[in-house]
Amino acid sequence: MEKNSHPVTPLKEVADIINEEGGAILKLCYQCGICTAVCPWNTVRDFIVRRIMHQGQLGLIDFEGEDIWLCATCNSCVKRCPRGVEIVDIMRALRRVVTELGIARVPDSLRITIKNISGTGNPLGEAPDKRADWAKDLDVKLYSEGTEILYFPCCIPEYDASVRRMARAAVNILKKAGVDFGIPGSKVNCCGESVRKAGDEKVFERLARSNISVFAEMGVKKVVTSSPHCYHTFKNEYPGLGGDFETIHLSQYLLELIRENRLIFTREVNKKVAYHDPCYLGRYNDIYEEPRQVLESIPGLELIELPDCRENSLCCGGGGGRIWMETKSGERFSDIRIEQALAAGVDILAVACPYCMLNFDDSVTTMDKGDFIEIRSISELVSAAI
Amino acid sequence: MIVARDYVFMCSEPGQEIIGKDIRDLSLNRVVVAACSPIMHEPTFRRTCQKAGLNPYLIEIANIREQCSWVTEDKQMATEKAKALLNAAVKRVYYHQPLEVRKIPFNPNTLIVGGGIAGIRAALEIADSGHKVYLVERTPSIGGHMIQLDKTFPTLDCSACILTPKMTEAGNHPNIELMSYSEVEEVSGYIGNFRIRIRKKARYVNGDRCNGCSLCQEKCPSETDSEFEAGMGKRKAIYTPFPQAVPNIPVIDTDHCTYFLKGTCRLCEKVCEANAIDFGQKDEIIEVETGSIILATGYSVFDPAHIKHYGYQRLDNVVTSLEFERLVNSAGPTGGNIVLKDGSVPRSIAIIHCVGSRDRNYHDYCSRVCCMYALKYAHLIKEKTGAEVYQYYIDMRCFGKGYEEFYERISSEGVGFIRGKVSEVTDRTINDEEKGRLVVVAEDTLLSSMIRVPVDMVILCTAMEPQQDAEAMARLFNISRSADGFFLEKHPKLDPVATNSEGIFVAGCCQSPKDIPDTVAQASAAAARILSLISKGEVEIEVAIASIDEQLCSGCGVCSSICPYSAISFDDEKKFYKVNEALCKGCGTCVAACPASAITGRHFTTEQIMAEIEGLLI
Repeated sequence: MEKNSHPVTPLKEVADIINEEGGAILKLCYQCGICTAVCPWNTVRDFIVRRIMHQGQLGLIDFEGEDIWLCATCNSCVKRCPRGVEIVDIMRALRRVVTELGIARVPDSLRITIKNISGTGNPLGEAPDKRADWAKDLDVKLYSEGTEILYFPCCIPEYDASVRRMARAAVNILKKAGVDFGIPGSKVNCCGESVRKAGDEKVFERLARSNISVFAEMGVKKVVTSSPHCYHTFKNEYPGLGGDFETIHLSQYLLELIRENRLIFTREVNKKVAYHDPCYLGRYNDIYEEPRQVLESIPGLELIELPDCRENSLCCGGGGGRIWMETKSGERFSDIRIEQALAAGVDILAVACPYCMLNFDDSVTTMDKGDFIEIRSISELVSAAI
Repeated sequence: MIVARDYVFMCSEPGQEIIGKDIRDLSLNRVVVAACSPIMHEPTFRRTCQKAGLNPYLIEIANIREQCSWVTEDKQMATEKAKALLNAAVKRVYYHQPLEVRKIPFNPNTLIVGGGIAGIRAALEIADSGHKVYLVERTPSIGGHMIQLDKTFPTLDCSACILTPKMTEAGNHPNIELMSYSEVEEVSGYIGNFRIRIRKKARYVNGDRCNGCSLCQEKCPSETDSEFEAGMGKRKAIYTPFPQAVPNIPVIDTDHCTYFLKGTCRLCEKVCEANAIDFGQKDEIIEVETGSIILATGYSVFDPAHIKHYGYQRLDNVVTSLEFERLVNSAGPTGGNIVLKDGSVPRSIAIIHCVGSRDRNYHDYCSRVCCMYALKYAHLIKEKTGAEVYQYYIDMRCFGKGYEEFYERISSEGVGFIRGKVSEVTDRTINDEEKGRLVVVAEDTLLSSMIRVPVDMVILCTAMEPQQDAEAMARLFNISRSADGFFLEKHPKLDPVATNSEGIFVAGCCQSPKDIPDTVAQASAAAARILSLISKGEVEIEVAIASIDEQLCSGCGVCSSICPYSAISFDDEKKFYKVNEALCKGCGTCVAACPASAITGRHFTTEQIMAEIEGLLI
């Protein structure tokens, strides 16, 4: 809402709609502002989260403005909120009001992505039957009934050649460890996490139900995911829609393999490495230790901590559908993170999420720091050492 | 059924008169009242019956409010339910038996647990009226948290100056037996007749001989953090917590005493001219009998290290409110000079409110005193250092007498008020002005802008929380706690000093966070309740209790083993079990458990309950 010099009147009907769309917990907000103060946006520009909460309480949200599309759903605010307001859910509810009731425009890039996912089952709008093409030359089987593990790389590594390396490294590791696994074929869709956060609950539900029935048909019992976003959705949101399978993140699975001596390190990685906690692994699911333990077990690797780590990890900026939207130069959290990593003198910033990898790769390129720092997935680092 | 009446306020005088008149005129022998919960007015209507010559147990209340109209949304269904409840009461009351209330003598002694301002106040009230008080305090001296405080809001009285006269009075009062460094170990009995076992811990100093010269403390070579100074100062292994301690008898802290740790030293013994040191002293067990008990066990302070973002114990010059009280106190470790760790005077201080309070990640409740003492700090800081003060608050709660006026006064002294919950206190600085200082980060919610204030010191207004052993204490005294962990009062409005255990009262912060005026008021109220019990001299005991038919009792003992009040014992002579009528609370556990159906719950007989159920099933 623009700063008003004239009186405003609460719009109860709008407040009611926000409540109906899942924003009822908004009522608890007592306007302390800690959400604003911990929001990473406020390190680069103003984003007064608290004011949006109050506008929501009174039904005075500016649905035309960009504010409701800014939230990267990093969950920092939710973790600190003294009243337990699920601010990410509120943001989702506000976006639902727009996407479902059509009362304002969804930002163009996001609208196209949602359309792609809705139509083709992946955000890039690629053909479904090309889903497994990334692994054509790797001698990997498609998942079929009776296979122990479904390795779920996430649409991004599957369809985007620039981050394919994280999934290919994972395949190399799984094969060397003798894991009985398969990869998804054309029937599988995007997990739907970002679509849901972008406010399109209907598309999310359709994707989720479709995946759940495909998994059930194929007899999937255990899924290993590359992306914390897929992990979070499968583990915490699919069960409510009937999903009945175990989900574990690749970093957790790698630690299991190391502990069971199924992965033997034969080479050293003599690098100074910092690990970047992804929001959806850390703050959403309290997984902080396993990725670090995997990295620490790599011979020669020196693991150091960046200033904002673990529960305070600085979001890469890619959650909540932001990965599909343009963020202005000077406002990119990923740039700040690269600066932190450079200041700490690390050779490699290790990531455990395809979105982080995309954003950091992009920052390294635009900042022209490719000679000083590399972005590597944990799987790449492990793969290089076995 | 002789007569049925409808009246809007049956509990009023005219309403009661209607019942009384009918009992007399129509010779009624049973009464049913369909109204609110018996918790509210059963005593009222029982008195009405008694006045009219009917045994008070020949009445039954059908609760058609709390258990019916308030909880049943559909009006028609509520009416049907009310009819069923009324029918059940009518069927039940037919089987009621007249019962006689019995009275037992009330022991006029009182146990008070906790020697803070609440315990001291209640002890003096009762002792002044001529009755004996046992005042049990866990630490070496009475005084509680109040003796640690510097000034008190809103009057800025010196806390120690107003408290020490009361402490001395309590210490010297002929009717107060002060047991410091002692703890209650066991409680048995019931209202009017409690038996309490108290462990008087060994001080290793003979209190009769010690003249309080404190030479032992001067000479003792072993030093540790002083609890009284909130860790800001040191004390010796033999110590009195502070100079005005009552009693002024030191104790030896065996965890830090060189002799107890290494087997040599005994320097205190050598220098003590009164020969008061006694390394052979043992804990003493003392048993006392009292009619009532007041729990005034106080509160504990929230550990702000749980909120990592505030930097407590990680960053220098981030202190808790209690630490600041000592820092600013002229008898404290810095002689009342507000100084930083390096000894310099701060130019700017931030005070963060609600640290651990009003936050569901820690404590939901408001600690009630922080807004006010934070204002007090602003005044003291301004007065002593002239430093800038920034109050980070969410809502200013200045509700007491003179509090709003105090808020206005401190505002006029030029204090920065920033409305917003602090996200972090950090030493990661972004410009030269911040360099080397603590930066307090928040949204100023009134500006709708992020605000970073570089300061030299941060004071955390930490929450009051239940004592660490509140759960064990509640179990020991058989009382309940509310969801927040504090002791539960009997009724939040109409009986805020009693508990669900008859004869046991609460006062002060063990019941909920409160300031000194409210604590003192509650302590006086608890004392008044006890004095009224003492002056009655006897106490009515529950008549709706269990009784055992000796003809049917096989002596199996199931009842005795499950009785939660240890009220059933074996009669060796007659070879059957019997109920101690003073101990039995009428809970009915034994009635249900007896395999021979030999136990009857008076006023809850099988006939009465079956008739009531039958009545419900109309």
